[in-house]
Amino acid sequence: MPQTIAFTVNGRAVNVIAPHDDTPLLDVLRNHLRLTGTRFGCGLEQCGCCIVLIDGKSVKSCRRSLASVAGCSVTTIEGLGTPEKSHPLQQAFLEEQAGQCGYCLSGILISAKALLDRNPSPSRAEIARALDDNICRCGAHNRILRAVEKAAARLREGARP
Amino acid sequence: MTLPSVLADNPRLDRWLNFATPGKVELATGRVELGQGVLTAMTQIAAEELDVAFERIAIRSGDTDRTPNEGYTAGSQSMQAGGIALRAACAETRALFLDAAAQRLGCAATELSVHDGRILHNGAATQFDYWSLAQFVSLAREATGTAAHKPVADYTIVGRNAARVDLPAKLYGKATFVHDMVLEGMAHARVVRQPNRGATLDPIDEAAIRRAARGPISFVRDGNFLAIVGDDETTVEVAAAAAADHSRWSGVERPSALQQEANWLLQRPSIDRVIGAPESDSARGLQSYEAVFTRGHLAHASIAPSCALALYRDGHLTVWTHCQGVYPLRAALSRMLKLDPAAISVRHVQGPGCYGHNGADDAAADAAVIALRLPGRPIRVRWRRQEEFAFEPVSPAMVVKVRATLDAAGHPVDWTTEIWSGTHQGRPGGGASLLAAEALPDPPPVPAPIDVPEAAGGGATRNGEPLYDIDAKRIIHHLVPEVPRRTSALRSLGAMPNVFALESFIDELAERAQQDPIAYRLARLSDPRARRVIERAAAMANWMANCGESERNANRGQAQRGKGVGFAQYKNRAAYAAVVVELEVEESIRLLRAWCAADAGLVVNPDAVINQLEGGIIQSASWVLKEQVRFDTASGGPIDWETYPVLRFSEVPEIAIELVASDSDTPLGVGEATAGPTAAAIGNAVSRALGVRVRDLPLTRERIMAKLLAL
Repeated sequence: MPQTIAFTVNGRAVNVIAPHDDTPLLDVLRNHLRLTGTRFGCGLEQCGCCIVLIDGKSVKSCRRSLASVAGCSVTTIEGLGTPEKSHPLQQAFLEEQAGQCGYCLSGILISAKALLDRNPSPSRAEIARALDDNICRCGAHNRILRAVEKAAARLREGARP
Repeated sequence: MTLPSVLADNPRLDRWLNFATPGKVELATGRVELGQGVLTAMTQIAAEELDVAFERIAIRSGDTDRTPNEGYTAGSQSMQAGGIALRAACAETRALFLDAAAQRLGCAATELSVHDGRILHNGAATQFDYWSLAQFVSLAREATGTAAHKPVADYTIVGRNAARVDLPAKLYGKATFVHDMVLEGMAHARVVRQPNRGATLDPIDEAAIRRAARGPISFVRDGNFLAIVGDDETTVEVAAAAAADHSRWSGVERPSALQQEANWLLQRPSIDRVIGAPESDSARGLQSYEAVFTRGHLAHASIAPSCALALYRDGHLTVWTHCQGVYPLRAALSRMLKLDPAAISVRHVQGPGCYGHNGADDAAADAAVIALRLPGRPIRVRWRRQEEFAFEPVSPAMVVKVRATLDAAGHPVDWTTEIWSGTHQGRPGGGASLLAAEALPDPPPVPAPIDVPEAAGGGATRNGEPLYDIDAKRIIHHLVPEVPRRTSALRSLGAMPNVFALESFIDELAERAQQDPIAYRLARLSDPRARRVIERAAAMANWMANCGESERNANRGQAQRGKGVGFAQYKNRAAYAAVVVELEVEESIRLLRAWCAADAGLVVNPDAVINQLEGGIIQSASWVLKEQVRFDTASGGPIDWETYPVLRFSEVPEIAIELVASDSDTPLGVGEATAGPTAAAIGNAVSRALGVRVRDLPLTRERIMAKLLAL
């Protein structure tokens, strides 16, 4: 029997009945909750496009079973900020024009948030290492690194996420 | 005045813009957004030429029902060809409106100007604007090219940074990509791919696949085309993963390890041509030198596999795709499906960066084939990661042999570039077939072997001719028709291996002449724009203060540091770029810094141009350090990011870029300009760091170690 799994997404309580035993969290987010900002890149936990926060930790969602998030708090890119109320990371990415095709950006923004939450003053090398789980194929790396540094500085100065 | 060629192909002005909505300009371009910022740049061009605020313009792109046919968004042509066509269309439209206003005001059009869409008479407001005049000015007419565009000196929007219009949606997780599209009643589909043209599918065990799926699925089968379709994506994905074990193919051909390295091409039949001048008289009796460079096959390796949606309803097929050319794809679909092109609409929706011809067209063909067999049902096909790696067309392996005859000062007077390569032209618009067409009954014949013509910049021959002043230069081109994998266009086509070869060899010749590589280049380079970018890049990198040899550590085994330079004008007709790279080599290469100076002619959006040049440097660095489609692995080819590694964040060098000012009124394409120079700069820096030259790409640890051990 398919189980109902209860968890929260971006602060909202959801109950999901997975139509399939193998349904990963990513498919639930994209197809069932219509949160398509989290993206499928490889389905192999190798590229980072599908990274979300689960209880504050960055996790690849493409193979994460739905059952494993029961009772957890999930944050996706849609929960990071909005055009009206940008997260400092999103604002900094805009200012640095950090991105090209943009397919990787949701995962990168979430990875960066997880990093800044645990280390508010990362060095450039620490940011790069934290983002080594994310592939950017267009070559926007340096802009992205600059944007994360900028957001980190603003958050340290008291900018509100 | 002659019309820009793209405008001559699409002369109707109302195909480009209209003022149907008060206060708004609806703009159309045939170029599509690939993450390069083309929609922003086109909007800037129109805002500038029409004198309306940037924000008033809504742009649509890549739609066979509603936008001009500009072929492919490729070849760094969007600004150089498409941008100037749009500029001319807007200039003529503005002139038509000024004429209409002048008539009504009883004045000369020269007394009128436009401010944010409002017509001014000698600087004073009139009752007219574009929108009130629109009823009197029909744009259902052909452009004549009689209106001059605004003088560059008057530009206030073009040439200044504009924030990319496509970026905010990507930062807030809005549905942006074709992958994110959801249509009412949509079914998900996966294709069980024919391993190669001619392979035949034996009866499949449908029951076993259904059992593995553990959910409702159905099959679409026609000839050797097999697809699995269902409401739930996970179920369909699980079924597709299981299908390999329950379907058998006959006539399967797989690339062998022997075909992996480019040198394999030298033994194959080829179609041969010589382009260029016969041997120069000045070369008679002088000494010649040669060197051979190779590069393996490269994958586009887009960050996500291809995806497309299709709906066939009431006799009309609509396809949503991230391909680079909606019109060529429509023509190819029409041939494959035997449908009138008028019964097909192809719409571009953004996708993951493609850098050329990846699986996008084929995924669209898959969706179309399935949709035609399930009328009324929107079909979404998303390729699997391993499917993209295994079936995307790859960039062909190349062998480039360079031979130069030197004068007494050690400079070349005669030059030959001899190239062996598969084709770089596998696009469906060029006569090649879509994968689905090969699997369906009655597949089209194998296309005749052709490469991109020199008039379009050449494929394997692209940048095969050095820009240096040499009495006689020629290219010998061996097009190898039968290669182990389907090959097609990847960013810069043959220019990357060619510039790697040419600019590496120039460094070797400089060394032979005991001259500084930069001074050696400048001694035989009369094009002032070329000289400027090289001089600028050298200055940025503090070249003279820090010149190679002296830095080499005496102790073997320690990290060695070196700088190298590479230069090219892309296609010998687009942007000029010089790149200097500084790196460290121990057993493998660590990139430290890169400096680039580029002349892109008229720059529309400087920051977007820098972004493109920067991206090109990083992608080329990834190709040079890491990338090759290998056939000698357990999987027989790349299937994921472990079997096809690319550069990661920690491995990227710091990059400084300067745009060299130009008074030109013509943009020069930049998207591919740094690919070749970066490859050469890395090769040259490695050579200067180690004192040995590795002429085969990628510059892997194994190759570097082999060279060092041979010392």
